[in-house]
Amino acid sequence: MFPTPIEKSPRSIRLMYNVALPIALIVWLLPLLAVALTSVRPAADLNSGNYWGWPTSFDMIENYTQIFKNTPIGQYILNSFRVTIPTVIFAVALSSMTGFALAIYKFRFNMTIFFIFVAGNFIPFQILMVPVRDFSVNMGIYNTATGLVLFHVAFQTGFCTLFMRNFIKALPYELIEASRVEGVAEWRIYWFVVLPLMKPALAALAVLIFTFIWNDFFWATVLTQGADAQPITAGLHSLNGQWASAWHLVSAGSIIAALPPVAMFFLMQKHFIAGLTLGAVK
Amino acid sequence: MNARRKFDQKKIAPWLFLAPGMLMFLIYVIIPVFQSMNISLYDWDGLGEKTFIGMDNYVELFDDEAFYTSLKNNIIWLVLYMLAIPAGLFIALFLNQTVFGIRLYKSLFFFPFVISQVVVGLVFSWFYDPSFGLMNVMLNFFGIDSIAVLADERYVTYGIIAAGLWPQTAYCMILYLTGLNAVDPEQIEAGRLDNAKGWRMLWYVVLPQLKPATFIAIVVTVIGALRSFDLIAIMTAGGPWGSSRVLAFYMYEQAFSEYGFRMGYGAAIAVVLFLIMLVYIAFFLTKMYRDERG
Repeated sequence: MFPTPIEKSPRSIRLMYNVALPIALIVWLLPLLAVALTSVRPAADLNSGNYWGWPTSFDMIENYTQIFKNTPIGQYILNSFRVTIPTVIFAVALSSMTGFALAIYKFRFNMTIFFIFVAGNFIPFQILMVPVRDFSVNMGIYNTATGLVLFHVAFQTGFCTLFMRNFIKALPYELIEASRVEGVAEWRIYWFVVLPLMKPALAALAVLIFTFIWNDFFWATVLTQGADAQPITAGLHSLNGQWASAWHLVSAGSIIAALPPVAMFFLMQKHFIAGLTLGAVK
Repeated sequence: MNARRKFDQKKIAPWLFLAPGMLMFLIYVIIPVFQSMNISLYDWDGLGEKTFIGMDNYVELFDDEAFYTSLKNNIIWLVLYMLAIPAGLFIALFLNQTVFGIRLYKSLFFFPFVISQVVVGLVFSWFYDPSFGLMNVMLNFFGIDSIAVLADERYVTYGIIAAGLWPQTAYCMILYLTGLNAVDPEQIEAGRLDNAKGWRMLWYVVLPQLKPATFIAIVVTVIGALRSFDLIAIMTAGGPWGSSRVLAFYMYEQAFSEYGFRMGYGAAIAVVLFLIMLVYIAFFLTKMYRDERG
């Protein structure tokens, strides 16, 4: 193990490490801690210039109910779920099929198609922006959750295909050959042989895509406007404009916007990291 | 007869499995790239008639001060964003221990990457606020005058990059933590027997084994730097006086904002950005192709 395990170091160094750890963490998360603290401050604190001192009272319930009452933040959150959940389902479903096709079958253009999916990942969003917006307007899906879902599914298929294909490629190929000898139809091999083995990959992709889509801001601004369809990221941006200096409300809104992906991360940590670090180990 | 049917099935099956995904990808990714290239040759407000003007949009770019500012900022982003890689490695080395509660520490250090860039942007705008932001409170404490980071042309881009480095460092950290987990303990022991320690051990024994992690870290950091849109839109909207624009943001501004709906000109900027990215796409695909060949 590198660096040298701390248990093998002298006592003084071990003690220093144990002190340094929480301090480093607090410094690292300082901006976030400040926001969390501000989100429970009463407005009076901000008016009197008490930004960083101890709050004069803890108004957590007041602040958080106030944003739900006075702003469409509930609607924004709902919109985010309406975009994120279908995207996760369809992106994972489509890419499990494309990944299967590219991993299992040998055919001309296999590599070409695979590389096109991979290259698509790196494309700057801006080169897609004008045509995609135009297409959505013409199809009547501009400013709807459907419009966002369709785009996200299409774009995420690139990354998901890379992931799925590499995962399936690592499965023992004999399984498929054995099934073929038994005379199992190809779609049944996909459904009954490969899909059950892909559970870890499906879980990893699901949490990753959930986080990516939930946090998407660019496409939310390009393809939606107004509280009817805007997801929380775009909503928070427009609320920030309205609230001007009501930082306790901005903070509370930020915390709420951050909660779902954070919860997802803590619940599914193992899968999340497995997905993110794909390829980081040979 | 039976054998023949199976042969056909194996030929058709991959295309059936690929069809839905490929269709979506074609409609929303592949075709729009070419449409944008086409639009960049037109003068178009997004609603009315398109007028073909050939390369005029590109010619205009060459004389556009704002384009050069954006391009310069893009380069600053690219260079400084790379700091996330050594910083991530440093934190990963710091956390690669087995003391009590270390797993929770690792997750909490990773936190900034999980939250939306919109939230990161808001958090940092506030951190930088000249009248009460935490940064200036601390500066004042040490007797230094407040700096209005986001309102000062000299500092604004660096201020936004610093905000971006926060989640990006967390990402690189997690890549390296995973990489360190897989470092071969026998090689470390062999290194110790050869009296390699500290930096020498890191440089000659550990880093070569972390190569795959470093490669992924470079790839995601480059993409992150060139995609820098969210933070700029949230923190400064390109200001003051357009000094914090990057190509991604400038393009959006030209095509969709109160500055006018110049779709053709915006598309031309996007094409330039795409060409820059193409260098990296080629680099990545070549590497992948070599790996695939074994």
